[in-house]
Amino acid sequence: MMTMTKPSFVYVTYIATTPEKVWQAFVDTDVMRQYWIGPTADCARVNVSDWRPGSPWEHQRLDDARTVDIVGKVVESTPPRRLVFTWARPKDAEDDSKHSRVAIDIEPHGDGLVRLTVTHEDLERDPQMLAGISGGWPKVLSNLKTLLETGRALPHAPSAT
Amino acid sequence: MDIDKVFKALADPSRRRLLDLLHRENGQTLMALCEHMDMTRQGVTQHLQQLEEANLVAIVWQGREKLHYLNPVPLHEIHERWIEKFERSRLGALRDLKEKLEGDDDDKT
Repeated sequence: MMTMTKPSFVYVTYIATTPEKVWQAFVDTDVMRQYWIGPTADCARVNVSDWRPGSPWEHQRLDDARTVDIVGKVVESTPPRRLVFTWARPKDAEDDSKHSRVAIDIEPHGDGLVRLTVTHEDLERDPQMLAGISGGWPKVLSNLKTLLETGRALPHAPSAT
Repeated sequence: MDIDKVFKALADPSRRRLLDLLHRENGQTLMALCEHMDMTRQGVTQHLQQLEEANLVAIVWQGREKLHYLNPVPLHEIHERWIEKFERSRLGALRDLKEKLEGDDDDKT
């Protein structure tokens, strides 16, 4: 993979599935709620957007208040291969200089495997966010792998309402 | 991904040291890593290759520079498969013991 700026984190996992299913897992909240949990595992999280370049997106908790923890803008959206969006605290929504950047790359790897790479750039200036994220992504990705390979959702996933 | 490769990669102190070095500073070049390793450049290259094959190290090309990143996803899978599972049963055993001991004491409610 080639990048222009030096990423803060790179996460790679191989999943026995199709690129289309991985893509859907990142844009469809009905799939997302089955594997995306927050650092405290109290409730599922979803990312809400129309996923068109330039559109905003929100990282919402699936609690009664639908608390928004992270916001950003969609930078690139090329189904089912590449999704790029910015990442910021809600109070910094309008301040681009405080946005970090997430790229999701989905590549067929042969033998029915998909190589999923999550690259997070420009996080160094926010150590608190960096610490939270470095624990969060591995859990989210391994939950996603379990869901797509076994069809098994999270034990604590809220039932569909 | 083959879990055997992950365990094999972790079974060597030099490779664990490389992972620790990347944990301290992510995205290092081969040259930077070699400075902290008491072995030939070729030796370090081979260890990195094994870590890469086990998906414990991910590569990012930046221009002509090859950067090595610690990829913790397989470690997380090991944690879920081999640690959390046993922790759960041990916690269950403790709970059973507590119920048994407390159950013998009729004065307690």
